[in-house]
Amino acid sequence: MEHSVPIATRRRATGIPTGRLAVWWLLGSEVVLFGGLIVSYLLRRLLYEHWSDSAVHTNTVAGATNTVVLLTSSLFVVLAHHAAEHRKTQQAFWYLWLTIGGGLTFLVIKGFEWGREIAHGYTLTTNLFWSFYYTATGLHTFHVVAGLLIMAIVSLEVRRARNLHHVELIGIYWHFVDVVWIFLFPLLYIAK
Amino acid sequence: MSDTYEPMKYVKIWGILLLLLAASIIGPMFERPTVTLITAFGIALVKASLVATYFMHLNVEKRYIRYMLYAMLLMIGLLFAGTAPDVMQASGLRWQNHAVQELIEEHATHEGNQSRIP
Repeated sequence: MEHSVPIATRRRATGIPTGRLAVWWLLGSEVVLFGGLIVSYLLRRLLYEHWSDSAVHTNTVAGATNTVVLLTSSLFVVLAHHAAEHRKTQQAFWYLWLTIGGGLTFLVIKGFEWGREIAHGYTLTTNLFWSFYYTATGLHTFHVVAGLLIMAIVSLEVRRARNLHHVELIGIYWHFVDVVWIFLFPLLYIAK
Repeated sequence: MSDTYEPMKYVKIWGILLLLLAASIIGPMFERPTVTLITAFGIALVKASLVATYFMHLNVEKRYIRYMLYAMLLMIGLLFAGTAPDVMQASGLRWQNHAVQELIEEHATHEGNQSRIP
């Protein structure tokens, strides 16, 4: 019996590994978090037509670039999962760091975006549109940062060929971060 | 879980996602609200389902995980349905939201002004 392996890794009372079940439950809670925020935005966006005057100032090129970056990072993390499944730990390690690179690129672009918008006077308290914009993108960015930190820790485990199932778990989380952006992008950057 | 696809399948899905992204950016250029709605939000739904199905392996996951996610979406739908009659209108059968009405009028007469937080 491997005493170094946590019991939760092997427990399958619900038919799937407990760790994966936990990530899905986490994602379920995140769905209502971001979903609630997006619905609150939609309700008011449909009422306040003048929000288009503010929405026109979001940077569609930056938003589209960030979408490409996140979609590509999602590809890298699922390739990391595939490598981990086949015990190719070096490959999984590098794919994870490519994913982290994508996440860092996203943060840099977001930083430039926010900096430009704030410099033009569009801040969290300018009006309700910008409050929603910064809250939604800020909350998403917070999730990106958390995901990157966990992914870096998982990569260290992978390099030592330990807890390879963690690659799938952080991968599922990262895909969710990508899915949230897939909805935020048209909402804040396209529907002007 | 050993139910992963071959790497090329993931690359193909990624390619489709990028094409759909391009379509969602081009759509608003036609300046027709219906086209924008379909290309922006319709395509977002398709992209999200592709990521969920193939990248998150939801199609080979236990079915109750999907049911759990549907339940969460139902909760969001309830939030929308429950609050929409009050939030999406400035007046109702026996009530009026004067603050919202004034704000809408203010922006209707002074287009482009962003004077205060509503």
